[in-house]
Amino acid sequence: MEERATKVLLEEPQTLFLAPLSRPALGSVGKTGTWRTMRPVVILDKCTGCKICWLYCPENTIFMRDDGKVRIDYEYCKGCGVCANVCPFDAIEMVPEG
Amino acid sequence: MPIMGLTGNYAVAHAVRLARVQVVAAYPITPQTTIVEKISEMVEKGEMNARVIRVESEHSALAAVFGAASGGARAFTATASHGLLYMYEVTWWAAGARVPLVMAVVTRAIGPPWNIHVDHQDIMTLRDTGWIVSMAQENQEVLDLTIQAFRISEDPRVYLPMVVGLDGFILSHTRAPVDVPEQEVVDEFLPPRRQPYVISPETNLVMGNIAPDDIHFLMRYSMSEAMEAAKKVIEEVDREWAKLTGRRYGGLVECYKCEDADYIAITTGSWSGDAKKAADMLREEGYNYGVLRLRFIRPWPTEKIAMAVEGKKGVIVFDRAVSMGATGPIFADVAHTLYGSNISLMGVIAGLAGVDMKARDFAEAMRMFSSRVEEEGRVYEPRFWLLPRRYRGRPERVKEVAKRWS
Repeated sequence: MEERATKVLLEEPQTLFLAPLSRPALGSVGKTGTWRTMRPVVILDKCTGCKICWLYCPENTIFMRDDGKVRIDYEYCKGCGVCANVCPFDAIEMVPEG
Repeated sequence: MPIMGLTGNYAVAHAVRLARVQVVAAYPITPQTTIVEKISEMVEKGEMNARVIRVESEHSALAAVFGAASGGARAFTATASHGLLYMYEVTWWAAGARVPLVMAVVTRAIGPPWNIHVDHQDIMTLRDTGWIVSMAQENQEVLDLTIQAFRISEDPRVYLPMVVGLDGFILSHTRAPVDVPEQEVVDEFLPPRRQPYVISPETNLVMGNIAPDDIHFLMRYSMSEAMEAAKKVIEEVDREWAKLTGRRYGGLVECYKCEDADYIAITTGSWSGDAKKAADMLREEGYNYGVLRLRFIRPWPTEKIAMAVEGKKGVIVFDRAVSMGATGPIFADVAHTLYGSNISLMGVIAGLAGVDMKARDFAEAMRMFSSRVEEEGRVYEPRFWLLPRRYRGRPERVKEVAKRWS
């Protein structure tokens, strides 16, 4: 929380000064993967590594492995399903959590 | 320094040029339009080095200059009436982000019914936003106040946006002699832009993201403190401008014959000139009136008002706006300022929708108030509707038009 909390920016503030500023930090609101109700699962046989899902993922939780295929960071993936929806090869399947 | 015949709107445009504003965006709306027209013309002629951004609405206009200002540019916009209401959400963003910014609001009534004439209903909506709200009485002051606005807004003790209010048509479209300062004078007065932070692709900074509730609370407290600090800055700026130009207005308020007065009329904006004339008329009748003109509505000049009315018999407030279900907005603030005193107090609502208020109309209300105070003792009348002259004291005429307009 400290990292993204509001900064007091003036060197010698003559009045108390706070501004609504934040800096990007990993997991600053906790592991958002716990919000997920549906989990995207990559079917590796079908994945061609085209990166369309990587481009569309609003949470930046898709990454590439050395095998040229995508993986998902489940600690932060919220399970929105955009990746499964945009995949031209039906290589991502949404599976209920739990 | 050349004296030019300038409308209030052109005075704003020249002030914006002299302040070396870099980014301007606005959407046309009467009676503001000629401000940005003039600025565009000056940019086209090469008299001003600024980028004019064309936008599709007032919401976008303020969003564009807010973005430019966050990115480090001295930026300006102008609007009026419905335009101000349309950009209202962004006014809170700019103030809450603590980004120095200047806007001119050419005051105009709010519809329906459709109306382009002056009242203060539009600018009064900014009271709670965190913008410094000022009102000019005449075109010279419009120019001076606009230049000062950049200095006040960009002062590190303040860092809040500021609005300069000028009355629609009465100032905006009426020419008057204006002493336009030389560029060197303004450069000496106005330091290069200062702001608390700059957002750029390199800074990796996000403005306005979610913050914990308690931090949000503290930000509101910080804005309120900055408003208090602005009072001192406004007085300083007034003195310094006087050193350079010889023109001094009195900072937060202007007092006209307040010292020896028994009664004080409180006004703001261009009609204060008529109120002053009315005060002179009443002095001849034996009622010693002074006029306290509010140059700033926010920060509210509590101390100055309390000082000016101390020991007086009565205070009459003229509002050109009304808070439905309550009183005129200036009256409400005057009433809390006078808490604990037993001074007589009357709030007059007049001149709405551009209905003309001449000196004799002011004098009529002031005379009525003073004679009541002298007959009845303490008077407290928070909401007195001074109707347009033809309906004043004639309820049958009011009923007649009510039949027609229903």
